[in-house]
Amino acid sequence: MKKKGSRLLLALLVTAWTGLVRALPDIQSWTTEKGARVLFVEAHELPMLDVRLVFDAGSARDGAQSGVAGLTNGLMDQGAAGLDADTIARGFEQYGSKLGNGSERDMAWLSLRSLTDERLLGPSLELFAKVLVEPDFPQDDFRREQKRALTGLEYQKQKPDSIAERAFYRKLYGDHPYAGDPSGTIETVKALTADDLRDFYRRYYVARNATVVLVGDISRRQAEAIAAQLADALPEGKAPPELPKVRELKQAEQVFIEHPSTQSHVLTGQPGVRRGDPDYFQLYVGNHILGGSGLVSRISQEIREKRGLSYSAYSYFIPMKRKGPYQLGFQTRNDQRDEALSVLRKTLKDYIDKGPSEKELASSKNNIVAGFPLRVSSNARIAEYLAVIGFYNLPLDYLKTFTSRVEAVTTEQIRDAYRRRVHPGRMVTVIVGGKTEGEPHS
Amino acid sequence: MRGWLALVLGLFAGAALADGAVHEFQLDNGLKLVVKEDHRAPVMVSQVWYKVGSSYEHDGITGISHVLEHMMFKGTAAHPAGEFSQIISENGGRENAFTSQDYTAYFQTMEKNRLPVSFELEADRMRNLTLPEKEFRKEVQVVMEERRMRTEDDPQSLTYEQFNAAAFVNSPYRTPVIGWMDDLENLRVDDLRRWYRKWYAPNNATLVVVGDVDPDAVYAQARKYFGALRPSEPEAVKPRHEIEQLGRKDIRVKAPAKLPYLIMGYKVPVLKTVKAADSWEPYALEVLAGVLDQGSGARLSSELVRGSAVAASAGASYDAWERLESLFVLSGTPSTNHGVAELEKALLEQVRKLQQTPVGKDELERVKAQIRADKVYEQDSIFYQAMQIGILETVGLGWRESQRYLERIEAVTAEQVQAVARKYLIEDHLTVAQLVPQPIEPGKEKTPHRAGVGGHVR
Repeated sequence: MKKKGSRLLLALLVTAWTGLVRALPDIQSWTTEKGARVLFVEAHELPMLDVRLVFDAGSARDGAQSGVAGLTNGLMDQGAAGLDADTIARGFEQYGSKLGNGSERDMAWLSLRSLTDERLLGPSLELFAKVLVEPDFPQDDFRREQKRALTGLEYQKQKPDSIAERAFYRKLYGDHPYAGDPSGTIETVKALTADDLRDFYRRYYVARNATVVLVGDISRRQAEAIAAQLADALPEGKAPPELPKVRELKQAEQVFIEHPSTQSHVLTGQPGVRRGDPDYFQLYVGNHILGGSGLVSRISQEIREKRGLSYSAYSYFIPMKRKGPYQLGFQTRNDQRDEALSVLRKTLKDYIDKGPSEKELASSKNNIVAGFPLRVSSNARIAEYLAVIGFYNLPLDYLKTFTSRVEAVTTEQIRDAYRRRVHPGRMVTVIVGGKTEGEPHS
Repeated sequence: MRGWLALVLGLFAGAALADGAVHEFQLDNGLKLVVKEDHRAPVMVSQVWYKVGSSYEHDGITGISHVLEHMMFKGTAAHPAGEFSQIISENGGRENAFTSQDYTAYFQTMEKNRLPVSFELEADRMRNLTLPEKEFRKEVQVVMEERRMRTEDDPQSLTYEQFNAAAFVNSPYRTPVIGWMDDLENLRVDDLRRWYRKWYAPNNATLVVVGDVDPDAVYAQARKYFGALRPSEPEAVKPRHEIEQLGRKDIRVKAPAKLPYLIMGYKVPVLKTVKAADSWEPYALEVLAGVLDQGSGARLSSELVRGSAVAASAGASYDAWERLESLFVLSGTPSTNHGVAELEKALLEQVRKLQQTPVGKDELERVKAQIRADKVYEQDSIFYQAMQIGILETVGLGWRESQRYLERIEAVTAEQVQAVARKYLIEDHLTVAQLVPQPIEPGKEKTPHRAGVGGHVR
């Protein structure tokens, strides 16, 4: 299937913090005995439940062992409480339930989707608890997954987009924990041992470092019992120290990485905003106009619609615990990359100089406010958003006040925020692609 | 195990009750409307499905359906280029479109009261597209960039494209949906105009709406906006049955890459192409794919990725709901210290096992249990529900097939799985492609200049 535009994807990235409507379901919240924070939304329409446990155990906690967080998370269902990987996988499958896991820079998580009939939900939760609380990290499975992780790193080297992203973060963050890729490096992954994973697990997969999210067809009492069954089976432990602040870039830097591709992948940007940033709404709405609203955004209009230079051209903030990237990018035939890059830079500069028009701002507000109900139209989405609210300690009324905060943003505030916070003269630019001599074929 | 089966069947019956009712309408001009109610959230998705895609194309104009999909955003007399997306955006909608071998579809997801906004725009562009030359010239460049991104620069996609072209001889499934670059370079706006007139008409489309809507009100709106559109003269689509394959085919694809990759495909029927008496076969093939690859407990993960660890990854895929005879595909990446030849041997061994020994009871049950649960989970997405209806209508199976799906899967026996493995997974109908990695210059970083990069732009 070929999709037109990556605007769906981009819209999701930009709005990952989003809002609740669905007649604004109430978020119920409490803390378990051992200190895990719980967020719960009752949804009785479908006989199913989504459970997600989120830990501050992403690659920002890797330290010198780049990749340890990801491997730890990935090994948990490969052997637990004496059960082997096959038994665990088939255990969930026979009940029709689905185990999920993943880790990024800030978060690592385990999730379960199950039907709520007690004869299926009960045993699914029991197995889920084993994976969560008693992972064994067996030596053979560790060796195999380590090898597969190394194969994954080789795979990235044949993908210009992956190469560009790794380099972009490295240049943006220098010695900050966000610099490393969650998949690690060949050198550091090779050096890991199963004991390293056990140590990482013991340190970070603890109740005081956990957020529990529940969405589905259960009562508050059931939710309390399930949250306790899972989170309170973990040691209490403690939350890790805060991550260091991100240093601003001092000067512009451009990196070219040669790759035998017909296109160049170009990323440019700087450290952007953190969750709860006082300028957040101004920058979010501002960027929606500039490059965050898909084909109607200024960047897409200039690069794709007016000039046909790229399939996807965008900008977005990725808000994180500390300042996540402000990233602008596109891909284009190698011989067009300079042209496209200067269009991108000029579009950004004009925007900072003059700011958005009243009409543009009104359009973007319409899009965000009228589109609000879509963001919470499924249990899966609500669960993702609860994870973000819980993990980043956003206030529980954050969603209820969301549209009004968007409505309150003015063109002058956007211009002011962009001038103070976005510095095109001090951005990192990464280009991955072919040399331009002998190009193009067309 | 039997008691447990009854239990889960009972559960499904409960879930089926929760599944919204489907309503079907037909307009005088031939437009079919299918509405499914889902009142969980105050939103709706509206999709227009056209019976056209790359399998309707002939040589020389490959990719035209997909380029036309892009051009559908480039304006009518009433709404010039760019306005469509602008209006949907201002209404808080999400919209996009997709093209496959068998269909081209457009959708808007919006707050439920904005259905008329979507209908007005979709009806307008169903018959009134202007297809300006100037917009076409730019947009076909965008499509070529899309092709570079998705295919040219991705060695696995490139291998898949060549694999498909080798597997099929005369079936239109041979060509890529995005089209060959040479055809894209030589496409003319007049080609698109002809293509548009031929396929974009109410009698070649299905309108699907799923969400918090009233079916009769949707029907009234559909008549209001689409009712006056003229139908086109229908033209019979040639069947283009693939000729019989008379022996295994092997190809090698050399491209800059770090990892080898293997794809193996057997010619197989789909629900649309089998005789009524054989209509269980595609479902047996779906279950067979499940035995190999439904979840991490299935055979490929358990025996090839873990077990012998010959594969870093391995998968099996089959889709019973395509329009023409298709492929049952096995693919994978060998793990370090293992080659493509060993992976191929292991995959062929898996096929042999399925042919020789009936699938175990527990194993079959596990596959079915997951499919049962998925039927409930998929109701969490109005988009996915609409998509199923659209595909079934567009390939000519009818949306009711989705309601029969589970029952058909439940009926599949271990003997039937073995029978389709024996009948269809045969060497003479096999095509094998392997990616042979060519060196990538180690990613050298250069820092050509450090300057006020953004400061001197004008």
